[in-house]
Amino acid sequence: MQSRLIFKVLGFLIIIFSVSMLPPLLIGWYDSDGTLQVFMQSWGVLLVLGVVMWFPNRSKSADLRIRDGFLIVVLFWLVLALSGALPFILAEHPDMSIVDAVFESMSGLTTTGATVLTGLDQLPRSILYYRQQLQWLGGMGIIVLAVAIAPVLGVGGMQLFRAETPGPMKNNKLTPRITETAKALWLIYFGLTVLCAVLYFAAGMNLFDAIGHSFSTLAIGGFSTHDASIAYFNSALIDSIVMLFMLVAGVNFSLHYLAIHRRSLRHYISDSEVKAYLLILSALSVITISLLIRDDIFPDISSTIRYGLFQVISIATTTGFTTSSFSYWPGLLPVLLIIGSFVGGCAGSTAGGMKVIRVELLLRQGRREIDRLLHPNAVLPIKLNKRPVPDSVINAVWGFFALYVISFVSLGLLMMMSGSDIVTAFSATAACLNNLGPGLGEVADNYRSVSDSGKWILSFAMLLGRLELFSLLVVLTPAFWKR
Amino acid sequence: MKIIILGAGQVGTSITEILSREAGGDITLVDIDEARLSLLQNRFDIRTVHGHASHPDVLREAGCDDAELILAVTNSDETNIVACRTADFLFNTPKKIARLRSTQYFTEDTDFIKEGLGIDHIISPEQIVTTELLRLIERPGALQVLDFAGGRIQLVAIKAYDDGPLVGHHLRELKDHLSNIETRVVAIYRQGEAIMPDGETVIEVNDEVFFIAATEHIRAVMSEMRKLDKPVHAIMLAGAGNIGFRLAEALEQKNYTVKLIEQDPERAEEVSKHLKRTIVLVGDSADEELLKMENIDRMDVFCAITNDDEANILSAMLAKQLGARRVMSIVNRTAYADLIERTMIDIAYSPKQATIGSVLPKFRTGALEAVHSLRLGTAEAIEAIALDDKSSKVVGRRIEEIPLPKGTIIGAILRNDDVIIPHHDTVILDKDHVILFVQEKKHINEVVGLFQVSAFFI
Repeated sequence: MQSRLIFKVLGFLIIIFSVSMLPPLLIGWYDSDGTLQVFMQSWGVLLVLGVVMWFPNRSKSADLRIRDGFLIVVLFWLVLALSGALPFILAEHPDMSIVDAVFESMSGLTTTGATVLTGLDQLPRSILYYRQQLQWLGGMGIIVLAVAIAPVLGVGGMQLFRAETPGPMKNNKLTPRITETAKALWLIYFGLTVLCAVLYFAAGMNLFDAIGHSFSTLAIGGFSTHDASIAYFNSALIDSIVMLFMLVAGVNFSLHYLAIHRRSLRHYISDSEVKAYLLILSALSVITISLLIRDDIFPDISSTIRYGLFQVISIATTTGFTTSSFSYWPGLLPVLLIIGSFVGGCAGSTAGGMKVIRVELLLRQGRREIDRLLHPNAVLPIKLNKRPVPDSVINAVWGFFALYVISFVSLGLLMMMSGSDIVTAFSATAACLNNLGPGLGEVADNYRSVSDSGKWILSFAMLLGRLELFSLLVVLTPAFWKR
Repeated sequence: MKIIILGAGQVGTSITEILSREAGGDITLVDIDEARLSLLQNRFDIRTVHGHASHPDVLREAGCDDAELILAVTNSDETNIVACRTADFLFNTPKKIARLRSTQYFTEDTDFIKEGLGIDHIISPEQIVTTELLRLIERPGALQVLDFAGGRIQLVAIKAYDDGPLVGHHLRELKDHLSNIETRVVAIYRQGEAIMPDGETVIEVNDEVFFIAATEHIRAVMSEMRKLDKPVHAIMLAGAGNIGFRLAEALEQKNYTVKLIEQDPERAEEVSKHLKRTIVLVGDSADEELLKMENIDRMDVFCAITNDDEANILSAMLAKQLGARRVMSIVNRTAYADLIERTMIDIAYSPKQATIGSVLPKFRTGALEAVHSLRLGTAEAIEAIALDDKSSKVVGRRIEEIPLPKGTIIGAILRNDDVIIPHHDTVILDKDHVILFVQEKKHINEVVGLFQVSAFFI
């Protein structure tokens, strides 16, 4: 472990993050709602912390090794979640305990969207904006952002980049230089956010809501500036724009890059992951809508389709916006949607869950075993986009799946130990591990009623999900710390 | 600059390693070995594409549309040619460099290469290695011989022995010894450590001395450092691969007595058809009996050039043991080359370094004529052309005024075909070819920057 180098990079990342206190600071100053002080202090603390870590080690330069990369990513996310909680702790309104503040900040950064706050509509705008911005930064990943604007990280940048981007095949760079790849991703992310905000504004949101919601839509986060979430606006037009951008943000950003680079949309259709993604969403929608019609939940067909479709996309992509309380829908629907969130979005998107491509590979693997029973001598490679997938990737996917199930079960049991009932415990674990947000039972609307220990467990689950298990778990193994 | 490198073999990997560490070298590496690609991607900041290097869709995926240069160095001549032709026809890639092993392609006129095959530059590592080996054989005592200014100037590394007249004396006395010969000692390595030489430096036994002089003066300067060996007559080569064959061909033309050992009978028969006076022997180059029978103790030079490092090293050691006067071995692994310095092998030659040295200038600015790696790549010697430009940092200046990085020495200048060994007050003029020795490789960009006319890459 090259601790001085780790401190240098970590300090540098914290300095970059400290800049994110400035926009809410300006809003606080403009509104003069007493939060100026809060963000001033938070900014100061972060800046000092960053400089203290970076300055003494600034001249240290060496290539990051694999271990350093993992440690930096995990430490950075921990530091981020803790320091991101500062404004919540310091602010008088909302008055939050430390555990609540950390939970809220972690939920923001990991784009989960679970909240312990109620009465959002009465909160200062600077705090509301800050929550939305946390999600936006966490969506594409603040380390990816740092790699984009700081080419100094070099080859080490690739280490960090990989630990933060989701998906089983992380070697697919868009451009030769990792900095350029990161830059391209953030530019697309930024561009889509601007487009989304403009459309929201045009569809009737005020400027503040439009920007805030575009942040949490593209990040597939789910924070809203209103208690009623998207239902507050009660507009079919806004609903459909939200749906569109949730769909777009759930697609691999490499495909968006190719679309812009080659000026064609063809590869969206030919990409097997996108096909599977759309197929899963359509199947869920058909089931959901027909069951809603059968049980007569909504007065007419068009509103059934509107609310049903919205909830399917929002939950299955792990966004977590709500226009209707799906947890009170009848029968299997709430559970079905939560299970849908395990699949999540595509690799390389801002969505959570296990990712469509992994599920697709697992299914094809299962299918292959059946085929093998029929043709014992057949050579049956597993293909994606007409290319065989290397065995190493398939093995990694199986390992991931096993760990995901184990994590889900053990965290759920721990939640029960901390005092939650079975539905709440497991749905909350699923909602946090998948970076979804709303759960069932007591956590259908917010996480206020969860015990303190439960909130710590769920915070851990959110980070586990965001870093896709391995990056975080590897640091927790004894072998990692052996020389 | 966007560069596509086809083939992640030795040359491809080495070039990738060097260019990916420089700003502005955006590299996409293409190969059919996926495991090797993922290994390299972890080591360097590059993009990799898995596939057949000459297929249009693979080239397209590698970004051939907007690449400025493609370097085809797969191990197949034909793949390299088709890849360049494809890039030329489909993607209009501005610059295409290919490695061609087979000399048959060179026999046609130049239009054939450029128009017919779509290749702008050919690199032929075997050719380079053969000429460099030939120079080493012909310059007994030299550890490394590098050509500059089209062969008018040479840089030679030599080990000092106690029978050399200058050994144990101050460098400034060299002038008294050789009254009408000008030379510049650019570096001395003493037990692996570099020493910046000046007039007061005393040359010690076993020092590695690097000096630059006009080619015709090299022999005289060398004789100051050690008593020169008798001229070479009999040479034994082990390994009749591409290099072995070419070397034998070149040597027999110069009337040396050449014996060539090859293990594979078929190959031995094949090369014997093309060689005139060389005696081709079928057998193991590490076979003591065979070596003795062929009078190894009468050989002036034994040169092991199979593509197996270990076999080369061991057979060279054996040959020395059996009485060969001077033994040389080709060594590809850098780590081995370092080890060998302490054995009885006289010269360990790294073909990798030579190849890279010939390719690198093509990636750098036009003002650069040649780049050669020295001392296993820790130091470099370059030939740069000083071009007059308002912003030039060298033209019109005295050498002492040029802000050269530490450890960098201007060794020689070629001006209108005259070799000048410069002094601190020599003024650099337009179109001078300046030969520099750069002791630390990390300074190379700084040095190249001095000669750059404007900030374009290539």
